[in-house]
Amino acid sequence: MARFSAIKINPTRYSIRQWPFYAILIPICIFMLLPLIYVFNHALKPFDELIKYPPTFFVEKPTLDNFAELFKHTSTSSVPVSRYLFNSIIITICVLVSSLFVSTMAGFALSKLRFHIKGIIFEINTIALMFVGVAVGIPRYLVIERLGLIDNFLVHIIPGLAVPVGLFLIKQFIDQIPNDLIEAARLDGASDFKVYLRVILPLIKPAISTVAILTFQTIWNDAGTSNLYINNESLRTFAFYISTLAGNANIVAGQSLSAVSTLIMFIPNLVIFIFLQAQVMSTMAHSGMK
Amino acid sequence: MKGPFKVVDRAKRFIKKEKQNFKNDNKWAYIFSFPYLSLFTIFIIIPVVIAILLSFTRFDMVGRPVWVWFDNYIYLLTSDEEFMKSIIPNTIKFALITGPIGYALSFLLAWLLAQIPHKVRTIMAVIIYSPSLTAGITMSVVWKIIFSGDHNGYLNSLLLRLGLIVEPIQFLQSTDYLFTIMVIVTLWSSMGVGFLAMLAGILNIEPELYEAAYIDGMKSRFQEIFYITIPSMKPQMLFGAVMTIIGSFSAGGIGVALSGQNPTPQYAGSLVLNHIEDYGFIRYDMGIAATLSVILLLIIYVFHKLAAKLFREKD
Repeated sequence: MARFSAIKINPTRYSIRQWPFYAILIPICIFMLLPLIYVFNHALKPFDELIKYPPTFFVEKPTLDNFAELFKHTSTSSVPVSRYLFNSIIITICVLVSSLFVSTMAGFALSKLRFHIKGIIFEINTIALMFVGVAVGIPRYLVIERLGLIDNFLVHIIPGLAVPVGLFLIKQFIDQIPNDLIEAARLDGASDFKVYLRVILPLIKPAISTVAILTFQTIWNDAGTSNLYINNESLRTFAFYISTLAGNANIVAGQSLSAVSTLIMFIPNLVIFIFLQAQVMSTMAHSGMK
Repeated sequence: MKGPFKVVDRAKRFIKKEKQNFKNDNKWAYIFSFPYLSLFTIFIIIPVVIAILLSFTRFDMVGRPVWVWFDNYIYLLTSDEEFMKSIIPNTIKFALITGPIGYALSFLLAWLLAQIPHKVRTIMAVIIYSPSLTAGITMSVVWKIIFSGDHNGYLNSLLLRLGLIVEPIQFLQSTDYLFTIMVIVTLWSSMGVGFLAMLAGILNIEPELYEAAYIDGMKSRFQEIFYITIPSMKPQMLFGAVMTIIGSFSAGGIGVALSGQNPTPQYAGSLVLNHIEDYGFIRYDMGIAATLSVILLLIIYVFHKLAAKLFREKD
């Protein structure tokens, strides 16, 4: 028994016996972090350090000049960077709020309501998990064109609302809410809509946060929509703007601009994830495919 | 004359049963699922159906699609030199390298993380997960600087200073290196949702299971992984597998983003997705592009079935 207590999953205390795990994990963490540390340093470098040979990894005299430069910089068609950023923020908020309603409502119906085709719908949804967006890009283009969404701001929002992974995670999470709870609410006279609003939504907060993070990542990082469906520069997103910078990354000034923009893209993702990671882990525990 | 009547009869019975089922359904269910189902149908189901239909046609976006049966499939398999020589081998090779390695790595890292206390584990999990937040393309700007082909590229400058090379290497334009770099970058950013699901899965296994197994004579941690850990978290393993399969086959932007051109130099880093874009948005040959999409979806589906066979729980 003594042997067993020494090797335990999810330990509560630090122990010298855990050193082999640290010995493997710490170098991996450093490898994972290197490119990110590099972006961070590169974004803060003043001009003379950027052109220095041999190139340095760490910044010596950090400056925020590059950030100022980015916001002064306008793209070829004279749309200011702040416009791209503004578009991205509006789009992200709209998609987040509406897609969460769409998928939690569907998840509730598929999990808890009497609905004879729900098995089939969920099965199709699970298969659709695999339909990589890019693979059906061309037919989707035809659909969007037919709907008149080309060069329409809504093209950023509407096609992004149905997220198969999101529905999948939310439905699996609602499955583990006891039916008795819903029956009790019904006995108290709550309608199905009230059950959804008062019982389900508060109980699935972890799943909601998780899907919110995933949706945020796709929408915030999405450059493809602007590239394919939008010709009007002032309706394009920040992610698209950054992807255009990638083209001239060999020019030193372009390098610092792209490092700064990469950082601006990355930081919101990271901050949101850090705040919500506990919720994410509790959702993931129910993410299994049976 | 019995045959057709039987079919009509069966259809009638089916409709009657459906009506009965519909009567028993909670009507709220239809209202609640309507927004999702309509968007899902319009933007996911219909495009897939169109892709399948288009794959049997020749279509250049200007005229009407012309029905050509299996001509596109035959063309790709027999006449498109790049498809058989580069695209398919590259895609399969890329998926077979990044898929299993990425998958094994996410399980291994999740398992290692489960062996250390909560606080440090959380910090490390965030660090390992964070590259997947960068979503490839934006980060490729940075990879381009690191692997840049002149003296100022970080890797080149480092190798020059160490005296390992005398001339800077054109990493991103070279057919020898581009593919390897794509694999490294993809693996770096592949510890995503699947990894988190596995970590949660391992942490949720009842400690009593391990206790019982040790009392029954289990001897090593190695046995523990194969007899307790993996069997207890099969659903998460399958979820992780599906995420990995999607990730490895849908990686396409990375080669083009790194080399800055589509097709990549001598098709060295071109995957099916790049080929789809090449046909669809550069050559405007929608029939072939749709055929490629269908082939890609079929490949993904087959691999998904394989993974499901491995991990689906038997009742």
